[in-house]
Amino acid sequence: MLRRSPEKGSTTVALAFAIFLVVMTVITVYIFWAKIWWFPPAITNFGHEIDAQFMRTLIITGVVFVAAQFGLAFAIYKFRDQGQKAAYFEGNNTMEIIWTLATVVLFVGLGLYARSAWAEVHFMGASEGALPIEITAQQFAWNFRYAGPDGKFGRTKPELVSASTGNPVGLDSTDPSSKDDVVSPVIAVPVGREVELIIRSQDVTHSFYVRELRLKQDAVPGMEIHMHFTAEVPGNYEIACAELCGLGHYRMHSMLQAMSEPDFEKWMKDQEAANQ
Amino acid sequence: MVTHENGGGHGHHQAPTGFIAKYVFSIDHKVIGIQYLFLALFSVFVGMGLSLLMRLHLGWPNAHWSFFKGGLMTPEQYLALMTMHGTIMVFMVLTTAPQSGFGNYFLPIQIGAADMAFPVLNMLSFWTTFVSLVVMVAAFFVSGGAPIGGWTSYPPLSALGEITGPGQGAGETLWIIGLAIFCGASLMGALNFITTLIDLRAKGMTLGRLPLTCWTWFVTAILGLLAFGVLLAACILLLLDRIAGTSFFVPGGLVITDQVITWHKGGSPLLWQHLFWFFGHPEVYIAILPGMGVASHLLSTFSRKPVFGYRAMVGAICGIGFLGFCVWGHHMFISGMSPYSAFAFSILTMTIGVPSAIKTFNWLGTLWGGKITFNCAMLYALGFVSLFVSGGLSGLFLAQPSLDLYLHDGYFVVAHFHLIMGVAAIFGMFAGLYFWFPKMFGRYLNEGLGKVHFWLTFIGVYCIFMPMHFLGLAGHPRRYFDTTAVEFLQKLQPVHVFISIAAFITIGSQLLFLFNFFWSLFAGKEAKEENPWHATTLEWSISSPPPFDNFGGVEPVVYHGPYEFSVPGAADDYIPQNLAPELVKKA
Repeated sequence: MLRRSPEKGSTTVALAFAIFLVVMTVITVYIFWAKIWWFPPAITNFGHEIDAQFMRTLIITGVVFVAAQFGLAFAIYKFRDQGQKAAYFEGNNTMEIIWTLATVVLFVGLGLYARSAWAEVHFMGASEGALPIEITAQQFAWNFRYAGPDGKFGRTKPELVSASTGNPVGLDSTDPSSKDDVVSPVIAVPVGREVELIIRSQDVTHSFYVRELRLKQDAVPGMEIHMHFTAEVPGNYEIACAELCGLGHYRMHSMLQAMSEPDFEKWMKDQEAANQ
Repeated sequence: MVTHENGGGHGHHQAPTGFIAKYVFSIDHKVIGIQYLFLALFSVFVGMGLSLLMRLHLGWPNAHWSFFKGGLMTPEQYLALMTMHGTIMVFMVLTTAPQSGFGNYFLPIQIGAADMAFPVLNMLSFWTTFVSLVVMVAAFFVSGGAPIGGWTSYPPLSALGEITGPGQGAGETLWIIGLAIFCGASLMGALNFITTLIDLRAKGMTLGRLPLTCWTWFVTAILGLLAFGVLLAACILLLLDRIAGTSFFVPGGLVITDQVITWHKGGSPLLWQHLFWFFGHPEVYIAILPGMGVASHLLSTFSRKPVFGYRAMVGAICGIGFLGFCVWGHHMFISGMSPYSAFAFSILTMTIGVPSAIKTFNWLGTLWGGKITFNCAMLYALGFVSLFVSGGLSGLFLAQPSLDLYLHDGYFVVAHFHLIMGVAAIFGMFAGLYFWFPKMFGRYLNEGLGKVHFWLTFIGVYCIFMPMHFLGLAGHPRRYFDTTAVEFLQKLQPVHVFISIAAFITIGSQLLFLFNFFWSLFAGKEAKEENPWHATTLEWSISSPPPFDNFGGVEPVVYHGPYEFSVPGAADDYIPQNLAPELVKKA
């Protein structure tokens, strides 16, 4: 007996639903596959590891995504009401155990696999001889401080902070090691040499974010957070603030300039000269 | 069974007379449920209106509209819209409608009780929620406007007053007070739900015979009880930081626009994040669990099959609830928290994918071999499953701290939580509404209009939120007023235009729903039968709408599980829970 009423088991609705799911799935997978909107190329070795882990995750979730949406589409079309009698079963313990174990292995395994990249950036500190650069975030600007020829960061005091008179991080000029500190609105780094970032904030929480480094770190008032990286490819890369910090959040922008060691030495010299 | 004076026990129940006692300060759980639904309906249109303005701006940030002098909005207005959109949607829609709305109405009926355990407390919960909505919305109308710190309201941005930005003065204070009041309301509600479910189940309604909707409302209430207390404490501390000079969240030595903050020292901004997300992650499940319950319930009813793996489903609901409290740190991978704890949180978060996967498998298992009817309720339930999969899988990326280094606080996250917590949860509500509307109001929602609304919404939300993943992959940070200041963002502007157009169509189609809702309320097809869907649970054994005391003073007796469809040997393809075994017609 075939019943035809618009609400029961309409073949049109079932077919439309199934087709929509298939089309949506195919388009989504295609855009991921074709990399139409994608990460910019990574400039650190660590970044390549992240990209590899991203691809592993994408493949696993992609397979699950396609299987689930297609499975749903198939079930919707296949089991539409055509006057048949529904089967009666309340479950299947073996299958429950199999797919529970399968997802445990897949998901938790993926999480464990991701450990190494995270460990590299966070569990291990910067190596000896890394170039230290202190980042001080403020509404809505980035300040990058280099220790200068003496290799020491000088003292800073909150009450000396005055962005309007050219002392945005509050350098204390009575401290001799402050005198040669260089404060720059952009960050220059030498290619191939490790850089240690010391990330601070003066006012509210900001977040230092460079896409090509595959790094993001909140700058938290009251904390000094260390990060490290080695840029491998020269170029100019945009820095955007990634943590809502007030009305100028969207324009809290700067540049990371990765340059060869000689270019960097020259840049540093120029900055020091301008500092005198 | 416990009987309370004026409470949910059977007997001594009289319908109130007079408009105020009946419809305004009602102690009837059904009226309160409807009040919550209307509050959520109002809020969802406000929240959507705010997103409409945001999308108008994001699509065409440089356009000059003749009716808005000097551009559509300023950065602070954009952030205020964003903050209030998130706040209103999360608290006033996703927390109230699925749980306090549908739960209030149907939990007592589905377990065979005459009312909630504490009807007066129930009324108080609703009116407290109402006050919190008024206080929050008032933030728009004070000097400086609504807060700009986002629904997460991280200090110090939220702790130092107007000095950190417009809206962070009186607006932020009202926001915090409103939220604290909301916490109080939710705590009262949670207590009531838990007590009702434990104490007021009818004879024979064992835990193993509870409909999955009741299981999800029960677990959601437990989550609410444990989570909102923490948020309440956090709100009070933040308020004290602002008005009493304490420093729970503010460290010393801060300088804001060259002014030294001398009156704070020793606080930690991370403390707020821990407290907030200890609440905030369970909140995600508070929003989505009832939707899962409704989806399971409807997939079973409209494919005329028992829920596949009922026990596994209950286990998964409880597992999600428990794990929901162990994963808040995944919101803080890049916050400066210990990287070792990030690793632990990551593994726990990956684990939460397991019960979610179990549920998805079981939903497919429920459909398998069934006889599926495609009414609007079922379409939304099926849409829920699709959206839950799409929105859930991106969580596997965000659960890995190393990938989160790139994706955190970007549009990938926006896509993820909107699909799963926003849209999937709302599909659960639509499914519930189409299903229960005839029971609640004695009339059907219009199926034809409903189908048009479904298709526009289903296609629309995918067109809005799928592309946001790609913005996220390209590195687009969230909460950006516009894309002009960053070069790599400018190239993404066409995607914003596409999303905005999709959003306008989707939002516009919600007017169809609004029309359908009110038109059907007064002029919809009458639902004369008690049980038009041939469903099994107790609400379908009483008249539509149900009488004041639900079961006419007689406690129902339950003999069957909740999903006895197409049982071999029975004449009908459903066996109501309260049908005595000797009355089940043999085939």
